[in-house]
Amino acid sequence: MDAEQGVYLYAVTRDEGGEPDGPAGVAGAPVRRLAHRGLAAFISTVSLQEFGEESLRRSMEDLAWLEEIARAHHRVVEAVARRGPTAPVRLVTVYTGEAQVRELLDERHAQFDEVLRRVSGRWEWGVKAYAVAGPAEPVAETQDAAPGAAYLNRRRAALRGREDGWRRAAEHAQAVHEALMDIAVAGTRHRAQDPQLSGRREQMVLNGAYLVDEARAAEFARVVEDPAERGVTLELVGPWAPYSFAALDHDGETAYGDAS
Amino acid sequence: MTPPEPRGGRLAAEGRLPEQRVALVDLLDRLLAGGVVVTGDVVLSISGIDLVRISLRALLVSVREGDAVDGGMRHDRAD
Repeated sequence: MDAEQGVYLYAVTRDEGGEPDGPAGVAGAPVRRLAHRGLAAFISTVSLQEFGEESLRRSMEDLAWLEEIARAHHRVVEAVARRGPTAPVRLVTVYTGEAQVRELLDERHAQFDEVLRRVSGRWEWGVKAYAVAGPAEPVAETQDAAPGAAYLNRRRAALRGREDGWRRAAEHAQAVHEALMDIAVAGTRHRAQDPQLSGRREQMVLNGAYLVDEARAAEFARVVEDPAERGVTLELVGPWAPYSFAALDHDGETAYGDAS
Repeated sequence: MTPPEPRGGRLAAEGRLPEQRVALVDLLDRLLAGGVVVTGDVVLSISGIDLVRISLRALLVSVREGDAVDGGMRHDRAD
């Protein structure tokens, strides 16, 4: 292999399917499948010039570049995951050659096997909750208060109301999270998205990811649609390949603590 | 294994959700914080937390026009 070329790794599966017929990978390169000891790695060739450490450091600040890579990576992972249990690999994992990918499949064989077993027949669902701005609580006006004092009272009450609203929403989100965890096999909370990224004005109080059995997906969705879940706006996103549940080296009990 | 119907896709089809825009933030949550992390032989891999910070900052910078941008990596958000 050319010294200027590297191998980009997207995902690992069991060696069961045929050749990939899905979308192209990053930079439009065709995706190929490297089978080794019962596992299969989905890879494509990338330029080390583009994916060298120095250029990468600059590129990560470039949203358009990041989006292009992320979407290409995601398209490949999605296509692979549709065909069977899949362990997605972290964005931008590049090797110098196929020999190194084989070594990886050798060295981490048991761990990949464990991950694939864990995610088999399951999909990741995202549930986001936003605080709903409640109606302003009426403030008792004291008739004899000086205008300045009345202003301060109103201001204090408004601040108190906002804090109460946020606290109620956070408690509510926790209750929703627990209800979802009763159905999910595993769950984790990603950090709340900044309002400028989420595109919503409301404060995000839950950014959860849940690994759910296919057979329980409808039941899971019903929790999100439950009209009793007032006080927060809920949003269900998915299904995803099990990105949030592909960590190696952990068992299901300890790997998914609260990440927030 | 057939995935359930993508809800985002359905909502987008109904015109209720701009699928592409919504997905990027959610996608980055997963691609930058999830997935198998391999250390050791890789030529290149970005270890999780710093990358999340760098890219979040890049995202924030891209939407916050006029905000001053610090040079270098900043450990600005520990939450």
